[in-house]
Amino acid sequence: MSKGGIGMAEPETTFGQVDPETGLKPMVINLGPQHPATHGVLRVRVALDGEQVRACEPIIGYLHTGIEKNFEDLTFNQAITLTDRMDYLSPITNNFGYVLGVEKLLGVEVPKRCQYIRVMFAELSRIASHLVWLGTSAMDMGAMSPFFYTMQQREQILDLIEMSAGTRMNPSYFRVGGLLNDLPPGFAEKLHAFLDGFPHWLHEYYALLDRNPIWVERLKGTAPITKEQALDYGWTGPLLRACGVDRDLRKTNPYSSYEEFEFDVPTETAGDVYARYHVRMREMQESLKIVRQAIDNLPEGDWHVPGWKVYPPNKAEIGRNMEALIYHFKLFTEGIRVPAGEVYSAVEGPKGEIGYFIVSDGSGKPYRVRVRGPSFYNVQALPVLVQDKILADVVAAIGSIDIVLGEVDR
Amino acid sequence: MKQILSALEESFGDRATVSESLGQTVVQLPAAEIVSVVTFLKSQGFNMLIDISAVDRLGREPRFDVVYHLYHLELKDWLRLKVQVGGDAPSVPSIAHVFASANWAERECYDMFGIRFRGHPDLKRILMPEDWKGHPLRKDYPLTGLDPLPPLVHE
Repeated sequence: MSKGGIGMAEPETTFGQVDPETGLKPMVINLGPQHPATHGVLRVRVALDGEQVRACEPIIGYLHTGIEKNFEDLTFNQAITLTDRMDYLSPITNNFGYVLGVEKLLGVEVPKRCQYIRVMFAELSRIASHLVWLGTSAMDMGAMSPFFYTMQQREQILDLIEMSAGTRMNPSYFRVGGLLNDLPPGFAEKLHAFLDGFPHWLHEYYALLDRNPIWVERLKGTAPITKEQALDYGWTGPLLRACGVDRDLRKTNPYSSYEEFEFDVPTETAGDVYARYHVRMREMQESLKIVRQAIDNLPEGDWHVPGWKVYPPNKAEIGRNMEALIYHFKLFTEGIRVPAGEVYSAVEGPKGEIGYFIVSDGSGKPYRVRVRGPSFYNVQALPVLVQDKILADVVAAIGSIDIVLGEVDR
Repeated sequence: MKQILSALEESFGDRATVSESLGQTVVQLPAAEIVSVVTFLKSQGFNMLIDISAVDRLGREPRFDVVYHLYHLELKDWLRLKVQVGGDAPSVPSIAHVFASANWAERECYDMFGIRFRGHPDLKRILMPEDWKGHPLRKDYPLTGLDPLPPLVHE
């Protein structure tokens, strides 16, 4: 990258090389892979001159589980469980991009009610993901208490997910052609209770952090990046919006009826850690608005596509109808027959663009699924963020990128 | 989009074929042209390289499709570039000097498929250990791995 690249340190030449000016050799240390502040198993190799970072190289792969390979051995519906396990802090947005892609290949569109429920859950999990980010990155900076408050609210979202999907962490709630099931009774009341209570807590987080001079001074101007560099590194999501680019797929390439919702796309121009913090905080408010609109205007009707070719018949029908039994059997043994073709489907996840490039050869299993994890591209720019900064900024930068290694390594 | 595509066809002639698949624009081109086409598209406003991946079409020659996704910020649309490569040592020119995001993406592609990117600044494995044998996402690579699983040891 030394030739023509923008500011990225060339690892092989800088590491361990004697500085011609001082005649000193930089000290090379490893942050991670077991370091708590690297949020998982990220290893960062840094060459230090005193406290200053002379070179930095993120090393990934410690959590590689062969997800893209496993896709090829599972049916289209079974493979949804794999998407859960990539970005495990926001599994629902991962499901989202994948099922939309398969539906595009099938040429089906799910009913409005299903689209609204999907939007609602995607936004809830965006809030949940941002809450984990807020708690952990504040803890990285030495503020312990926000973590407890954010986890408490995240728990309420997980309760809502558990209510409808049966599990908290890996719900696989979105299925090809619909959902696992409709909203359970009593869901709306519980969701409203959360929606009414959450603004108070958001205010509390602001009060804990934004009026805290240590937090503000620590974050302002830390680990900055320019708009051009961010685009060059393929940054997406809140990170790119903190550099002044208002790219949000929910607005620019609306899917699943996002065009019917009213919300703003928060942007900042500074491109530093503080800007990223503000973008995410305001995004939680916007998500709250979307969830409220979705539950208030929730259309009645079907929540999965009609017919039994894509979405399996329900259990009661199987007991009565021979045809239903056959379809059910075929769908669960062979999987959905997806016409041959290829499609790129992307959604706006909490961390950026989650893209799926799905190739089908006409059988019940995907021929190839490529996952474009936003964190994979975001963390690549870490050396730019911390070049010639102090070592403590590396921790702040990693926290602000909001990486999930499950998605980086897949 | 139409303007850019016709300009592309004008300057690259029949070497770049534009088609459409499920409403998404796909440009098929020979491996040797990839750097010039990507540089051209970048100058036309496709300023984000979203992803690089590959598809192994075992049994077809050339065997691999290398797939690039670009994004245009003003047109708000993606563009897919496809390059076919094959042979015993498949290779494509690297575009890491055009887009910084290509660096890791090409390394992953090399790691998973064994496709070499000529001119890449630091082409080495990224997800698998450095001494790993084989390229896992190839279709002739078994799901359980090349080496037999070590026997379970009971005490």
